Amino acid sequence: MLLGAAFGFGLVVALRALSGLEIFQTEQTGYPHVVVPLITAPFGFLFGFGAFDYWFRWAAGKPTIPDDHADHGATRWQDYFKFNTDHKVIGIQYIVTTLFFFLIGGLLALLSRAELAQPGAQVVAASTFNGLFSTHATVMIFLFIIPIFAGLANYVVPLMLGAPDMAFPRLNALSFWLLPIAGIIFLASFLAPGGAFDAGWTGYAPLAGGAPLGQTFFNIGVQFAGASSIAAALNFLVTIITMRAPGMNLWRMPLMVWAQLATSLLVVGATPFVAGAQFMTLFDRVLGMNFFNFLEGGDVISYQHIFWFYSHPAVYIMMLPGFGIISEIISTHSRKPVFGYRLMALALIGIVVLSYSVWAHHMFVSGMFSWLRVPIMISTMLIAVPTGIKVFSWLGTLFYGKIHTYSTSMLFALAFIVTFTIGGISGVMLGMIPIDIHVSDTYFIVAHIHFVLFGGSVFTIFAGLYHWFPKMTGRMYDEKLGRIHLWLTVVGTWMTFVPMHWVGMDGMPRRVADYAAQYGDWNLVVSVSAFLLGAAQLVFLYNMIVSWRFGPKAGPNPWRANSIEWQVSSPPPMYNFDEIPRVVGGPYEYGTPGARHAIMGDDEGAAVPEPKPTTVAAS
Amino acid sequence: MTRLPILKLVLATLALGAVQSVVLLQFDWFGDAASTATGPIDTLMDVTIVVSSFIFALVCVFLGYALIKWRAKPGDEGDGVPIHGNTKLEIWWTMIPVLIVVALAGYSWAVLDDIETKESNAMTVDVYAQQFAWTFGYPESGNKWAEGELHVPVDRQVIFKLHGQDVIHSFWVPEWRIKKDAVPGITTDAIVTPDREGTFQLVCTELCGIGHTTMRAKVVVESEEKYNQWVNGLEQEVPAFLMSADQALEVQRRAEERERGIQGSGVEETGSGNHAD
Repeated sequence: MLLGAAFGFGLVVALRALSGLEIFQTEQTGYPHVVVPLITAPFGFLFGFGAFDYWFRWAAGKPTIPDDHADHGATRWQDYFKFNTDHKVIGIQYIVTTLFFFLIGGLLALLSRAELAQPGAQVVAASTFNGLFSTHATVMIFLFIIPIFAGLANYVVPLMLGAPDMAFPRLNALSFWLLPIAGIIFLASFLAPGGAFDAGWTGYAPLAGGAPLGQTFFNIGVQFAGASSIAAALNFLVTIITMRAPGMNLWRMPLMVWAQLATSLLVVGATPFVAGAQFMTLFDRVLGMNFFNFLEGGDVISYQHIFWFYSHPAVYIMMLPGFGIISEIISTHSRKPVFGYRLMALALIGIVVLSYSVWAHHMFVSGMFSWLRVPIMISTMLIAVPTGIKVFSWLGTLFYGKIHTYSTSMLFALAFIVTFTIGGISGVMLGMIPIDIHVSDTYFIVAHIHFVLFGGSVFTIFAGLYHWFPKMTGRMYDEKLGRIHLWLTVVGTWMTFVPMHWVGMDGMPRRVADYAAQYGDWNLVVSVSAFLLGAAQLVFLYNMIVSWRFGPKAGPNPWRANSIEWQVSSPPPMYNFDEIPRVVGGPYEYGTPGARHAIMGDDEGAAVPEPKPTTVAAS
Repeated sequence: MTRLPILKLVLATLALGAVQSVVLLQFDWFGDAASTATGPIDTLMDVTIVVSSFIFALVCVFLGYALIKWRAKPGDEGDGVPIHGNTKLEIWWTMIPVLIVVALAGYSWAVLDDIETKESNAMTVDVYAQQFAWTFGYPESGNKWAEGELHVPVDRQVIFKLHGQDVIHSFWVPEWRIKKDAVPGITTDAIVTPDREGTFQLVCTELCGIGHTTMRAKVVVESEEKYNQWVNGLEQEVPAFLMSADQALEVQRRAEERERGIQGSGVEETGSGNHAD
């Protein structure tokens, strides 16, 4: 079943040679002898790796090899480098891979901050600088934030549902293996003639249309990352809809599961648009098409419409899973049910619906139809309402609770609430057209997105990683190091990103390698703080790596949480449950004597409390 | 279950919000002001800062109170009070934010209308943006042009017609608060009434390539007489290498016709410096 990875690499080389030979003769536009292998090589790799074996056998009418579970579970560290269909292994593969890209993306950011520490050119040339921030954003968005949430959910969601695995384990493995491919393509663009793609992560036409070869690496890399996202999201949707344990109706699902459901709806609906935008740019570049070529009647602004129709929902793809994580942690550590659970779930769905109607707030100064601006402003500002509901409900959850702050995960969750509120407020400001006209494409934007994505998403990622680390590894992390990481990160985040608001409002544009001398002092503060923030992440990595190996054993349920994943051993057995659990109540029944969320198989005699009446009962 | 000291919490929120507002309003966030749009926009920003201060104060006060009041004692293994929600409260904290954002949106809309109102005596200036330079044409003064330096009279509305020549650029003078992209293929408008004389900087704010950082131009706002003197001192007409989108398309079409060996319409070649091929 599993062909050796060595054979895969051999096939890659063969395909490269084949397509290379064939195309070499017509070499004139857009480096076809590079572009085509860039697409075929990853497929060759996946084929040789065994990603398609089962499906091809089935399609060819050959007897499929019944699953002997040889590729399930991991007993040695080498197993993590194989095509593995166990959602727990895949979850960890996702998390470790994406943390690796987090480091790469962070180094790219620090390089650009080194250049920006003083006015004038010091460290890198302007062309390299444009490549640095473009790859920084691309790697962080497509290879860190979006997929690490998929990784966390991959590990946790099937457990929370009481399911033995994801619905499509092979597709799940394929989703993961598309990611390192995308990462290698993005980073390989540094080796392309003309340097890495440097038109920003937004890749606006027509700048991207005429950019050097590196831009093609971006166009193609996004396809692999996007395909990974879409396949994973479909998998989550089917898993959540069909694989819930008996008794797990929609209103008994933990909010983490709700968040993953909402996120997956966004991914499935929106991600094809970014794929489309990049395909059109690619076709413009290498096939001589004219989607965005204004000289041939192409429409320049339509690129932005298509791109942002994905990329604004993408902001929520990067935030909703975090909302789910925070709900779990706050409820567990304040020993109370989530306040207004149903409204919290509905708010997630409300954000999904609204987020499809706000894309053009990135385009208030773009020269698009002016009539579109005011409706988009209103829907943009309205999306603050469901987001506000979430913040208020977390506060409501804390009230009358018993708040435990011994765990780093809870501290990150609390820090998230404060930091994210700032990001939300600056988001509302940006929704207001007259303010946006002044600050768009300035450092105010950079400050806002980092407050939302770092103070928002990344804080929730840390919270989630600390929260489920004992479950995944069976060991506890070091809380002291966790606190050091927390405080350095919180202080570093505020000191790095708060001054960016100020210089932006005062007139410093974004995406520049140099700036007026009057912004020098604050930029130095920003750069120094950015290095502090970067150093703080080394503490985190050290803690994770050392604790994984040497940490004290964690019991099955160190946080005394209610949801199902904590009712099995840490880490869980290969198929999660010896017997499928029965769900008998809501997920956060803290403080109600005798109330249970789920009854595990060996707990048959436990008293089943009267289920609470529910208005909506699914399955 | 103890009753909440709602009044005290609200008062603390109001106090903290007021302090934040007062502190934040001390700063001149958007920098110097030099156009009629700055008044309404800066006031809108101040109002938003005040509203935001109170919202942030609300979150801080309630979060801080909860953390002080209900922090678990060491060794306390008990649970909190099993409250699942409060429908009335949830409706309130949905409806009040709706009202706040709708009010702010309405206010923003009014400001937007205000700053985009065209006046009858407005003059037109053509702005040509190309990698990595700005050129300005004065169609109402015999199509005179100047490169890298923009002059406009004070206290008169100017409608800038923005022409992107190659990729997207963006026209921004921070002291005017007005920004608009110059998009190849279409002509966009930026409306400004400068109300202070002085020298400012025009900044390109849309990433346009390697020289994006250095794509700046000098902006001089001066009295009507000085401006007239300056514009009359210019000599050339807008050069052929700068064109509007229609002109660019036309040139491209003719070039192709020549390539195909088809006889053109007999019009003279209008220039070879098409920057967008």
